[in-house]
Amino acid sequence: MSDMLTAAFLSALISGGILAGMPLLFASLGETISERGGVLNIGLEGMMLMGGYTGFVVTLYSQSHWLGLLAGAGAGLITALLMVVFCVRLGLDQIVVGIAILIAAGGFTSVLQRAQFGTTYPRLDAMSAVEIPLFAKIPVIGPSLFAQPAIVYVGFALVAVLHWVLRSTNMGLNLRAAGEKPEALDAAGVSVTAVRSIAALSAGAFAGLGGAYMSIVGAGIFVPFMTHGAGFIGIVIAMLGRGRALWVVIGSLLFGMSVSLTTALQLVGITVPIDVVNMLPFVAVLVVLVIFARQAYLPAALGLPYKRGIR
Amino acid sequence: MATVVTDVVSTSRAVVRGASAAKAGTSARWAWLWSLGQAIGPILLALLVSAALLLALGKNPLTFYRDIVSQGLFNKGGIQDTAIRMAPLLLMASGLIVAFRANIWNIGGDGQFLLAAALVAGAGPPLIGALPNALAFVILCVTAVVVGGGWTVVPAYLKARYGLNEIITSLMMTFVGVNFANLLIKGPFRSTTTQVPQTDVIPFKELLPRIPGTRIHVGLVLALIAVFAVHYVMTRTAFGLKLRVLGANPRAAAHAGLSIPRLTIVGFMLSGAFMGLAAAVEVLGVWGYVRADWNPNFGLPLFALVFLARLNALAVIPLVGFYAVISMGGHFAARQAALPDDFMLMIVGLILLFMTLTEYLAGRSERGGYLSAGLKKALGKGGGDE
Amino acid sequence: MTNGTPTHIETMTSDLLQADGVRAGATAGPIGPAVEVREVSKAFPGVVANDRVSLAFHHGEVHCVLGENGAGKSTLMNILSGMYKPDSGAVMVEGREVTIDSPRRAIELGIGTVYQHPTLIPVFTVLENLMLGEGVGVRLDVEGGLRALDRFAKTLGLEVDPHAPASRLALGQQQQIEIIKALWSGSKVLILDEPTSMLTPQGIEELEKVISQLRDEGLAVIFITHKLHEALDLGDTVSILRGGRVVGSWGPDVVKTKSRSEMQALIVGAMFGEGAGSLEDVAEVRDGVTGRARRRGLPNEPVLELVKVSVEALRGEVGVHEVDLTLRRGEILGVAGVDGNGQRELAEVIAGQRSMVGGDIRLCGESIARAGVGRRQSLGLRYVTDDRIGEGTVGTLSVGLNLVLKRIGEEPFWRGGRIREEAIDQAACDLVEGFDIRTPGTETRCGTLSGGNLQKVVLARELSFDPKVVVYNKPTYGLDLKTTLAVRDRIRDLAESAGVAALLISTDLEEILDLSDRIAVLFRGRITGIVDNAPGVERHVGELMLGGDRGD
Repeated sequence: MSDMLTAAFLSALISGGILAGMPLLFASLGETISERGGVLNIGLEGMMLMGGYTGFVVTLYSQSHWLGLLAGAGAGLITALLMVVFCVRLGLDQIVVGIAILIAAGGFTSVLQRAQFGTTYPRLDAMSAVEIPLFAKIPVIGPSLFAQPAIVYVGFALVAVLHWVLRSTNMGLNLRAAGEKPEALDAAGVSVTAVRSIAALSAGAFAGLGGAYMSIVGAGIFVPFMTHGAGFIGIVIAMLGRGRALWVVIGSLLFGMSVSLTTALQLVGITVPIDVVNMLPFVAVLVVLVIFARQAYLPAALGLPYKRGIR
Repeated sequence: MATVVTDVVSTSRAVVRGASAAKAGTSARWAWLWSLGQAIGPILLALLVSAALLLALGKNPLTFYRDIVSQGLFNKGGIQDTAIRMAPLLLMASGLIVAFRANIWNIGGDGQFLLAAALVAGAGPPLIGALPNALAFVILCVTAVVVGGGWTVVPAYLKARYGLNEIITSLMMTFVGVNFANLLIKGPFRSTTTQVPQTDVIPFKELLPRIPGTRIHVGLVLALIAVFAVHYVMTRTAFGLKLRVLGANPRAAAHAGLSIPRLTIVGFMLSGAFMGLAAAVEVLGVWGYVRADWNPNFGLPLFALVFLARLNALAVIPLVGFYAVISMGGHFAARQAALPDDFMLMIVGLILLFMTLTEYLAGRSERGGYLSAGLKKALGKGGGDE
Repeated sequence: MTNGTPTHIETMTSDLLQADGVRAGATAGPIGPAVEVREVSKAFPGVVANDRVSLAFHHGEVHCVLGENGAGKSTLMNILSGMYKPDSGAVMVEGREVTIDSPRRAIELGIGTVYQHPTLIPVFTVLENLMLGEGVGVRLDVEGGLRALDRFAKTLGLEVDPHAPASRLALGQQQQIEIIKALWSGSKVLILDEPTSMLTPQGIEELEKVISQLRDEGLAVIFITHKLHEALDLGDTVSILRGGRVVGSWGPDVVKTKSRSEMQALIVGAMFGEGAGSLEDVAEVRDGVTGRARRRGLPNEPVLELVKVSVEALRGEVGVHEVDLTLRRGEILGVAGVDGNGQRELAEVIAGQRSMVGGDIRLCGESIARAGVGRRQSLGLRYVTDDRIGEGTVGTLSVGLNLVLKRIGEEPFWRGGRIREEAIDQAACDLVEGFDIRTPGTETRCGTLSGGNLQKVVLARELSFDPKVVVYNKPTYGLDLKTTLAVRDRIRDLAESAGVAALLISTDLEEILDLSDRIAVLFRGRITGIVDNAPGVERHVGELMLGGDRGD
């Protein structure tokens, strides 16, 4: 059993956790913004797939990882436009539109991938890691935590930015009001539609970034439906994190680790069937949901379209 | 049966009434046309957008659509394939209708289906060998129903007791269920006679009997009976009304003294039961075995169809028929055009999207009672309750 | 200010608090109205809410707009606050014609509004609520906000904790914050929409003080109400809206010179036209409201007893704590209290929709603590909910089904689980006729009915099939006068002739004083006192509503 705590195991667990957890982090950050503003984004997974495919293709042809990540964010943002037009502006059902986006985007990216690459799966070069001096030298956790591709640090930085925005800026206050009681925001003279549009678009951008991370940094290839439920885990993390940035980070890393657990276990000689591997994160989600059932906090106006004058 | 006929008539009348309410002042004939347009409009739009994509990919949309129809409908073998495909779809659609009417978002249908399929395929060969076929079929169907319904217990209980959003929980269960089914197929149910991991094969002659003169197995008959039964229960029984009240206005349901936890669990399990039955029918009627990593993903497209049908069981039949045509025909057309089957998935997603749009254009952006009212409560407890 | 340049918020508010030049009674100056509407009309599908309304609102004056529910007052106010756009007509601010197409524009033009339904966000703190939408730049200006709040509080004589979550404030305090919010960006016009509907008598007095203060500072105050005595108490100018039209308007020269009873006559004549005489008994018309003497000769048998009943408080509620109540046959027991002190919880625990954590409930001597909603219904215990749309009826089902909603599965409407539509139809027709429900038919979807008719459906359902005890929760809230009187008559009738006991939970003190034999007062989930109804009792009840006089 003491084998479990070897440097190799922990190191694999943590770096694998970050690898698998970063897309979840981006996705749940985006969903947090969205949900605080009152928009429930069931189609998050679809936006991740769009980001993943676009990012992959752009990186493949431009040889620039950063360009690809940016393009992925852009693709997610454009997909989120559908949510903005249908749900925020026209007031249509957020869940049905979300499912529609999910299905359509999944099919679309699959078709495009096959159309462009047939049955081959071209591979991207790995993104180079950036070492943080001093910290990277810490035994065991140093290399796994502080020698990651720069996008990881960007991700953590974004968490801090979001935390600050929500607490200390006018925009953050408006966003929270849009999710809690849009009538109050409207009465205060701020456009609920504008705020919610920004919220939905941000969610799309973050989701696209998460998907792009998956294909560019995480796997190096794009496979149809490769997100495999990550978007929904992101939604759960956002709901459980109650809009607090720190919990979102912890949740993403923990779920990420549940995926990397199996690789780490293999290192110490314990093999686990692949189906159990695939199951783990979802079982973990269920367990967490059961334990924290009462504490999932949702803004009061989440999912409800806002129409002025109708009380 | 007479009541069913009057129901078909009154359903269409209600559709007309609804449409004429939306377009006050136009004659009845226009109203009928209008509501027909509302059902067909999104489909046409989706086909249009997909045609554009086909052109972009260098394929000919007209040949593509022609292939779909010629194979799915106008081909003696193809139309039977279409009918065969309708069987599990109708059963799953029934399951969705029962759930959605009660505002239960059973998104986990595929997991319930697959797990039941694994069990039926695993237990099938020994049972059919040991018992008379009819008895074996009954036992297997019951098993499938139990497994499908049982797999909903976790999300059902979490919703009933804690108000937890069942969209998330049932979806999680799907992933777990699919992988668990794979574990079973690769493990205890694995056939020793094949290289590829799968269950033992039930020989063709031991499968469900066929409708005389066709290749279509009796599972289709069972499915049609199920659909009519669901319609009857939902519209004419006290139980169905209770589910509808729950779906239309959960607070009013509590006010009226209905036991919401009990109805939720029963409704959920009933929905899962239909999913299980669909799996039994598909395994025992078509395949005879289940391969590992097999997932036909019937569930997701059915959402669109069920909503298009306004959660009306009778209206779902033609829509499922339509989908079966493009599904089977699409499979053929896609192979002809060297496109993946996921193309049809995209068309379905587009249909759903355009459907919400036509609702809006028809001036009814509040989508009736069953979605908007229940939606608010579907997001679970917690947060400032008004 | 401690550091040099004043912040944005402080500049705005100091403008207001100086208010130079424009005071009531100030001499001369061609000072026109602060806000004026000319020939403003607004229609919605099926109803004309405002029909060529022309009114002027002046600085340093309290202008009361009076009218019963549905007369169009709220629509007019919504036009001024930017929520609606008029179909025709002009709105002038300080003499210039403007288009107020959003709440933002209204605020920019100096029009602040306190809406009838609270717009404070419960989970935000007081300061966050006040700063919402006012910020310039990226960062929240917390220091500036605190300073501004301080000055407002001092000027208006209020005590406020800026960091308290709004949900924790009492309703009266919340309203004060709403007033501050309406003035936050330097408004010169303050619109108050039915502000007293949730206040105790003492709370109303405090509000009147604040309004007078603001009027003296030179604000134009527009006060919307349906209560006649409020208009008489507060108004410098009184205008009457009826059916969307202005049917009377009297400025300070009239209101200040005529006697109260003369003004009353003028107003009643304008509001009700012919037949005014028969309505003189209506509480709104009487000068202030006072209690009635309790009926003599009521039977003594208790039909409903609550013994130390307690209910857990869910998020945002106060719950119910050890409530003892006894209701006798044919008695009307009023339960008074400021809204949000446990009324809903009390009603629901009696009806069976909520579980008790302690105590017992007895119906005609038998404990029903374990009985569900259905069982209590069949035993004769009925509940008329205040939420007729969200809880009382199912909009997508027909009127007929709604009328038998609490009897799903029972004979004669269902047999063996199957529906029997003729039986339902028959019963429904009888009820529609008996309760004067205006509906095209029993098949009509309930969602298309008006508020008044929905209430009649709820009443018809609960009061049919032999009721013994009925719990009414705000039964006339939001209804027009005619329906209100009809409902009150029915409650009284049932009690007097059929011996149906009534637990009348209401936030409308006038209603309670009008109908009750005894009055219990609910405060923070506890009964602070039970008194006999009698002339002059309202003072005591008001004190009890605030928690005072716990002793006896």
